[in-house]
Amino acid sequence: MMRRVLFALVAGALFGAGLAVSGMADPQRVRGFLDVFGAWDPTLAFVMGGALIPMALAWAAQKRMAAPIADIRFSLPTRRDIDPSLVGGGALFGIGWGIAGLCPGPAIADLAIAPAPAAIFVVAMLVGMILHRLLPAVSAGQPPLETHNV
Amino acid sequence: MGDALANAMPLQGLIGGLMIGTAAAIMLLGLGRIAGVSGLAARATGISTDGAPWPIAAAFVIGLPLGAALITALLGPVEARFPPSLTTIVIGGLFVGFGTRLGSGCTSGHGVCGMSRFSPRSLIATASFMSAGIATVAAMNALGFSQ
Repeated sequence: MMRRVLFALVAGALFGAGLAVSGMADPQRVRGFLDVFGAWDPTLAFVMGGALIPMALAWAAQKRMAAPIADIRFSLPTRRDIDPSLVGGGALFGIGWGIAGLCPGPAIADLAIAPAPAAIFVVAMLVGMILHRLLPAVSAGQPPLETHNV
Repeated sequence: MGDALANAMPLQGLIGGLMIGTAAAIMLLGLGRIAGVSGLAARATGISTDGAPWPIAAAFVIGLPLGAALITALLGPVEARFPPSLTTIVIGGLFVGFGTRLGSGCTSGHGVCGMSRFSPRSLIATASFMSAGIATVAAMNALGFSQ
């Protein structure tokens, strides 16, 4: 487990360093990317483009590997269905992203750069996650409770 | 309008993006897992009980600010202009937390990891949060809401 924890720590640190280097630790710059009809800042497109290159290569390599380097098996998402939760959840996330200019990665990395406002955002984000967990019918994509009795 | 475009950082963006993609590749090829920050954060805090083992999720999440701190130590201060209003930060956080859980991922899991795999769910989710983000900023501008 120690080796796997080290892999995760290095990956997280490199991810956080990349966010800081790329300008994505700056909520106003991220929000500038979303301001397509106003003061548009294309930086995020370069970040996404840069990130997709190693990951596309990694997926190609993954196809030829029986197991990952430090674990016994790949544990990857297999769902392919498009459900309302996916689209609606994405939309709600996008609204929050547009309001504040923050998504989860930069918000957590910013705990080291702008601790006070980042901590407030992260706590609110975790509260949002807990609220979602308290609504099991919505989270599982199931019909509302009352329809079970019909 | 021209200011934001002139202040864009294409080279830093590309270099930082390559670092982010390499980090996600380490998670995939090293641990066989998706570097999805919303899922790992939920797992690390105990809000979610499935997904990566807790030590792995916690190590990745702790790594994020450590990596950012390393950059400020090596290269100097990093800009982070937050919304001035506390209400804006809190409302944004609530939406981001709820939405990423309902939609099974965020910019890293769906955007970086899923799109590079041509996952149909991730392509749809990314289109959804990108268009909602763009519409939200446009609506706030049109209605004169400042952050």
